[in-house]
Amino acid sequence: MIKLFTLKQQKKDGEQKGSGGQQKKASAAQLRIQKDISEMNLPKTCVTEFPDADDLLNFKLIISPDEGFYRDGRFVFNFRVGSNYPHEPPKVKCATQVYHPNIDLEGNVCLNILREDWNPVLTINSIVYGLQFLFLEPNPEDPLNKEAADVLQSNRRQFEYNVKKAMRGGCVGETYFECCLLK
Amino acid sequence: MSVPSPNPGLSLHSKRWNGLRHILEREGPFCKDDFTASPDNLDFLQTKSEVLIIGAGGLGCELLKDLALMGFGNLHVIDMDTIELSNLNRQFLFRRTDIGSSKAECAARFINGRVPTCRVTPHFKKIQDFDDSFYQQFHLIVCGLDSIVARRWINGMLLSMLRYEDDGTIDVSSIVPMIDGGTEGFKGNARVILPGFTACIECTLDLFPPQVNYPLCTIANTPRLPEHCVEYVKLIQWDKENPFNVPLDGDDPQHIGWIYERAVERANEFNIAGITYRLVQGVIKHIIPAVASTNAVIAAACAMEVFKLATSCYDSMSNYLNFNDLDGIYTYTYEPEKSENCLACSNKPQLLPIEDPNTTTLDDVIKSLCDSPRFQLKSPALTTVMKDGKQRTLYMSTVKSIEEATRKNLTQSLGELGLQDGQQLTVTDPTSPSAMTLQLKYQANEVEMN
Repeated sequence: MIKLFTLKQQKKDGEQKGSGGQQKKASAAQLRIQKDISEMNLPKTCVTEFPDADDLLNFKLIISPDEGFYRDGRFVFNFRVGSNYPHEPPKVKCATQVYHPNIDLEGNVCLNILREDWNPVLTINSIVYGLQFLFLEPNPEDPLNKEAADVLQSNRRQFEYNVKKAMRGGCVGETYFECCLLK
Repeated sequence: MSVPSPNPGLSLHSKRWNGLRHILEREGPFCKDDFTASPDNLDFLQTKSEVLIIGAGGLGCELLKDLALMGFGNLHVIDMDTIELSNLNRQFLFRRTDIGSSKAECAARFINGRVPTCRVTPHFKKIQDFDDSFYQQFHLIVCGLDSIVARRWINGMLLSMLRYEDDGTIDVSSIVPMIDGGTEGFKGNARVILPGFTACIECTLDLFPPQVNYPLCTIANTPRLPEHCVEYVKLIQWDKENPFNVPLDGDDPQHIGWIYERAVERANEFNIAGITYRLVQGVIKHIIPAVASTNAVIAAACAMEVFKLATSCYDSMSNYLNFNDLDGIYTYTYEPEKSENCLACSNKPQLLPIEDPNTTTLDDVIKSLCDSPRFQLKSPALTTVMKDGKQRTLYMSTVKSIEEATRKNLTQSLGELGLQDGQQLTVTDPTSPSAMTLQLKYQANEVEMN
């Protein structure tokens, strides 16, 4: 091991020297999120929006799929990154009401890397791709909106019709969906 | 609180310290190079050393007891918590009448009353309530924490206190070693962190076990475990029904009671047995049962490291001890390496000389970062923490909405932006795997600030 120092001598001179670290330092979570955000490589269907450019911990992601069931829709997600990032994943909620097997009507999203499979090597970019994938390949096996999942499994045509109807603004079953088509 | 009368034999010159004297007043084959056998060593321990204990819970009580009885004369302890009934089985410095009082204050009062050679100063505060001037007064910091956020915070604080010599090496007098203990049931670990030299908390962040999270779809549709039902109520029903019009508070018995009732309803619906009030509490507050003996072992290992560092009588453990007595006893010590790319400890501030902050614009700085052979960056993103502690994004070209909001900063001078001599900028760039810290160094003496 490094031949280090003697604590005994250390403070005698250390005390007078004053602090070298009086400069405010960014937290490790801040450093990491800055890295994630400045190097984000988004597909052309995704765009981020930062309401406050100084606050990199809270932002929106807007996904506008250009193929699949959800083509021409516009879906907004709110990201909240906590001080324990990347040990803990960001909290992500869907702010647009959507008829989707893996997103419930409160905006909860069932994506494995947002919960049980999160890992500190993953980045914000990984989540964006995960969310994008949900719109291309809705997964009826792990449903949050069970009715939507059942329809997708039993009758793809009907599911496609329901999605279009919901996106145009209308009722599917008892639930009313606001229009979320690209203007 | 009543404390038994102090042992009069426990004074500085009593025979009580003969054991320590054998170690500290005699040379031995295993002493560190800088060790000199002398009565000064014991004197240093008892009168000069200042050790901070973070946390006065399960590990903290053990640490206070161990260090006080080991001869340390000046201890400080920080804890923001108050004593609860469920602490009393293992946090032996507290009594039933102390419930509701500050852990730090009660623990200090107990030790002060019982060990006359030790003076404990309590701080009924959060660690974040203090700045570097507080932490600088200590030779050593020992942590008995239950939170990763707190560990990361104190780790960052100790790293930010490092000073560098002109040749870029660390000024060893600015190092405050951190000894970190942690326990979880029958498992525990103890580690020695020499900030800037050995692996820090961020270097090994992925060693922390991830929080147990159940898939949301399982919770919502196919619950099988009582925990799934509790999580359902916590995640879905609470927000939907918002029974008390406030965010969920795991310490409020009314909240836990409500969750318990709803969880039982849901469990009945799916024929799941085993929901109890305690289980609900455990799931909501992520409680892992604490085992007193594990705390004792880990605290003892930590106290030993404090003693070795404080006296130089032996090399420190290198540097990470695992302990597990779930099935027999298993321990293993190994040396995680300091990560070259660690965002926290391999990010030594680099000086950036600025001729005149009143004429140099942010754009000039960015151009020089791209053009200079020293940096050769491609599209640097710059942020800083202002004097008031507020995070500020100076410029980021890669994200459209941030670029638009920060473009106006490019034409401003550093002075106009309120950046001061010595201020640190965090720079990320695609050419580098980690963030870089630049420290502004103004050549012109006076900076006009309005």
